[in-house]
Amino acid sequence: MKTRIVKRPQLNLGERIYLTAVAKGLLLTIKHFFGVCRDLFDWKNKRTAITMQYPEERWDFKDNFRGAPALVMDQFGREKCVACQICEFVCPPKAITIWPAEFADQANNIEKLPDRFEIDMLRCIYCGFCEEACPEEAIFLVKEAELVHTEKKAFVHDKKKLYQMGGIREDRILKWQHK
Amino acid sequence: MTYVLGKLLHIVIVAGAVLPGVGAVMVWAERRVSAFMQDRLGPNRVGPAGLLQPIADLLKFIFKEDVIPGHVNKPLYVLAPVMSLVPALVAFCVVPYARGMAIADVNVGILLVFAISSIAVYGVSIGGWAGNSKYSLLGGVRASAQMISYELALGLSVVPVFLIVGDLNMEAIVRWQKEHIWLVVPLFPAWIVFLVSSYAETNRLPFDLPEAETELVAGYHVEYSSMKFALFFLAEYIHMTTASALSVALFFGGYELPWVTLPAGTWGTVLSGLVFFAKMSFFLFLFIWVRWTLPRFRYDQLMKLGWKVLFPASLAMVVLTAGWIAMVTP
Repeated sequence: MKTRIVKRPQLNLGERIYLTAVAKGLLLTIKHFFGVCRDLFDWKNKRTAITMQYPEERWDFKDNFRGAPALVMDQFGREKCVACQICEFVCPPKAITIWPAEFADQANNIEKLPDRFEIDMLRCIYCGFCEEACPEEAIFLVKEAELVHTEKKAFVHDKKKLYQMGGIREDRILKWQHK
Repeated sequence: MTYVLGKLLHIVIVAGAVLPGVGAVMVWAERRVSAFMQDRLGPNRVGPAGLLQPIADLLKFIFKEDVIPGHVNKPLYVLAPVMSLVPALVAFCVVPYARGMAIADVNVGILLVFAISSIAVYGVSIGGWAGNSKYSLLGGVRASAQMISYELALGLSVVPVFLIVGDLNMEAIVRWQKEHIWLVVPLFPAWIVFLVSSYAETNRLPFDLPEAETELVAGYHVEYSSMKFALFFLAEYIHMTTASALSVALFFGGYELPWVTLPAGTWGTVLSGLVFFAKMSFFLFLFIWVRWTLPRFRYDQLMKLGWKVLFPASLAMVVLTAGWIAMVTP
């Protein structure tokens, strides 16, 4: 077997005195120090600091982020949910409860609407099955991810809250128009 | 009588307000600067830029339960934090922090500082002993060994200063530097030795082996909590303040500026105090800067550096300076 003798690096006096290495290290840390100092004055374009100032700054979630489920309206402000209750059946932890009601609106082809629609966020596991199952594209998982309340009741999102969270979502099919 | 009362007031202001105040700001600065050096922000929520954070910390310390573990040596356990803090406060007394404003303007000056700061090791090692656990005992033993080793280099590194100035009085040393030159210029190697040994004396990184979180949990104060721990903590920061003040007074012209002469009278005193404070702040910053840059020494490396490098280096400086003085003086 061929042996190869590795020469150990010989330290010269400057290196052995250790102070040059100390100075190099000090220069590196002070560079970061002034980098963050600079960032404080121009926080929008920060280069060195990696901190996110949390309550003021939030994460920028992707569009397919699975946050809290919410109900949406189309661009005409029409409730898309028809109270078919598929989401209620598919929901693994049984977080969704729907009370359907008859609602006759001939002009808009509406026959049924949810009278009450509640999602218990203490049960919800953010699986997104409701969104997948919905035949009307009425329920979506939105970017809302920080649910903090001081009382248990507030975790049950009612219809008003769900629509407020969901807002309006462009509907390109509008199947209720062509019955 | 008025002299005594005035001195008492002076002592109360310096030891009761200024030094703990500097310590408190240092705690804040330590956390902020360390954060900045690691690309973080540090505590910035309590008060402007987080400046009230030390007060929040203090409140937390005060309201914490004062636990005295069952296995400790109680009298020593209670005594140790005090024995650690008091020498730290007393050592500052000879430092002329403004024109004519040293609490004790004594002839032996710097020797008194060394005498008192050597007592501080008792606080640390007694705290380690009283804790009655292996970690605190190891921390205490390390502290005493380290302080003895570095005391020597520290003491010898300032001898050239006395040789050149010809006086032990701190005010006289500052005045000499005003008339001639900052002593760091001719005595740069001695200053380096002084700086390195003062880091070891104050148990700061890279020489914080008595604490050594990764090896000894928290070293000598591992059994302490609440205000007793806070006293150890404060003592460390006041030691740093004293070390920085000595560095300024002995090597960097004290409260005077080169070329610019400060006005006489009250304004001059205030200005000189500000000058001193600015210089001292730099050295305090250096303490933090070094801590968050260098890794901790191994124990044998620490001893090797102390005895084989710093001690001969400081001795050589003494001999060289003495020889040079003998050459130039007829």
